[in-house]
Amino acid sequence: MLGGVEAAPISRQTIAMEPAPVTPADRGAGRVSNVAIDFTAVKKSYGEKVVVDQLSFTVASGKCFGLLGPNGAGKSTIARLILGMSTPEAGKITVLGEKVPARARLARKRIGVVPQADNLDLEFTVRENLLVFGRYFGMTAKDVEKITPSLLEFARLESKADARVTELSGGMKRRLTLARALINDPDILILDEPTTGLDPHARHLIWERLRALLSRGKTILLTTHFMEEAERLCDRLCVLEAGRKIAEGPPHTLIDEQIGCPVIEVYGGDPNELCGLIKPLAQRTEISGETLFCYAPNPEQVLARLRGRTGLRLLQRPPNLEDVFLRLTGREMRD
Amino acid sequence: MWEQYAAALPANAWNWSAVWRRNYMAWRKAALASLLGNLAEPMSALFGLGFGLGLMIGQVDGISYVAFLAAGMVATSAMISATFETVYGAFARMNAQRTWDAILCTELTLGDVVLGELAWAATKAVLAGTGITIVAAALGYAAWPSIPYALPAIALTGVAFASLAMVVIALAPSYDYFVFYQTLFLTPMMYLCGAIFPVAQLPIALQRVAEALPLAHSIDLIRPAMLDRDASSVGLHVGVLCLYTVVAFVVSALLLRRRLMR
Ligand SMILES: Nc1ncnc2c1ncn2[C@@H]1O[C@H](COP(=O)(O)OP(=O)(O)OP(=O)(O)O)[C@@H](O)[C@H]1O
Ligand SMILES: [Mg+2]
Repeated sequence: MLGGVEAAPISRQTIAMEPAPVTPADRGAGRVSNVAIDFTAVKKSYGEKVVVDQLSFTVASGKCFGLLGPNGAGKSTIARLILGMSTPEAGKITVLGEKVPARARLARKRIGVVPQADNLDLEFTVRENLLVFGRYFGMTAKDVEKITPSLLEFARLESKADARVTELSGGMKRRLTLARALINDPDILILDEPTTGLDPHARHLIWERLRALLSRGKTILLTTHFMEEAERLCDRLCVLEAGRKIAEGPPHTLIDEQIGCPVIEVYGGDPNELCGLIKPLAQRTEISGETLFCYAPNPEQVLARLRGRTGLRLLQRPPNLEDVFLRLTGREMRD
Repeated sequence: MWEQYAAALPANAWNWSAVWRRNYMAWRKAALASLLGNLAEPMSALFGLGFGLGLMIGQVDGISYVAFLAAGMVATSAMISATFETVYGAFARMNAQRTWDAILCTELTLGDVVLGELAWAATKAVLAGTGITIVAAALGYAAWPSIPYALPAIALTGVAFASLAMVVIALAPSYDYFVFYQTLFLTPMMYLCGAIFPVAQLPIALQRVAEALPLAHSIDLIRPAMLDRDASSVGLHVGVLCLYTVVAFVVSALLLRRRLMR
């Protein structure tokens, strides 16, 4: 179980890596740069289908960069391109100063990965998973043993050290995958939907852990379908659709630019009819399923118009990233 | 241009050992069962065919049939162990278990992974081959002092067949295809290459075919070693097996790169 959810503050020294945050720029051995990942006009297609289309973006060192987009937008493909596990047809990718995919192996030395689908070694225990994975980075058993306790503490898996992975819950597996990604003390973490399938406690725990990593100077590339997660963690976001960038910026800038006014959600009643009623008062309205979203600089007027109608549930709230996502990527289900 | 293929080649001379150790750690958990499983088949062939047929046949090539067959079974079991470890074990690690996916996110290249898998499959071949050699020696059908000479030949057999099997898994969409490889290639080879009866018994055309097949060269190395005879054309046999190994390794790594790193 998820031990105390009260999240005891993590003491820096106990976390695997060196205490003082060292920025990747310090380490680059002459390659001083505050750019961790750079994509320039990258294109990738599978058969006829263009999956990443003329994509350019830059992830600054020490920042959390979010990739958002509907299913199939190309987020996981971008993660594979960064790791050199897939070759672009056009464009240039640089990761930690190394050309990718040509020199991806050198970049990967300093990257930790949480893949979308768990690929822990089911034949092994938690501890053995860390050991085996450390060896892939040239670590000795002694090296790994030294940092295992702090990694286990980081993942809150101390009591499960000798349990087989098959005995772990989904959330525990995810935390172990995160701990495993830290084994080489990476400068960059590539996290592909790290919290999908986790309960709210587990998700909050992971968020706290990720923030601790950011405060230690790690760079994070995060893909997620949780807008709250993106809003909380990311310094900068890139919204994708069908492999193309459709918006980029800090979360709050995107919210201000794209929405910029309070939102009223209306449930119950016939959304089409209600839409006609309040449209003149709103900057923009949208219907998603049975919900009417009304973006109105003067929400009081809208509420007044709807007052007295029975069977409606009204919710007024500030705009958030979900509104941005829905606006930019359309409300209909893709595929 | 060249750099694109860097991922398909081993990055250095030692990275592969991490993959070998991973497989060894997993194997250790079920070592006894695995060993018994590996040895049971060639043993039953040795005792069944050897003592059964041996009674009727008597001497072959100036030695008892069981002694003749023992060397054939050592080579065949090395071939089968290396092949099965690759087409079932490595294929599962590549596909269903996603072990390779995880490894490819680390410092290792695809070439390192393939090399580690080959080394591991060869290790299993050595375990199986050595097991039978020891039993044969204990029964007096092989010379004890010659075992150290047989070992490298068994290991080379293992690497060669693991590399060939690696090409098969690079191409096979699913497990179902491995049966073809076994029935169309491995089993006929066992009959053609002198494992069960001397190649000289075959029509001359088939003898020529056998000369090109890797198992024939393995047997020509292993049998004299086990029987403490002088081997002839050692360089040729080693060369042919090495050629099979290197060509199959490179081809499999390039095919796997195309399959996995799309
Ligand atoms: N190996 C492949 N062969 C063919 N098509 C592929 C391959 N990998 C991905 N695709 C296609 O590329 C597109 C993008 O896939 P990708 O996994 O990158 O999306 P995603 O944004 O991560 O989606 P999700 O949110 O569902 O994880 C999809 O249409 C997918 O079908
Ligand atoms: Mg994905």
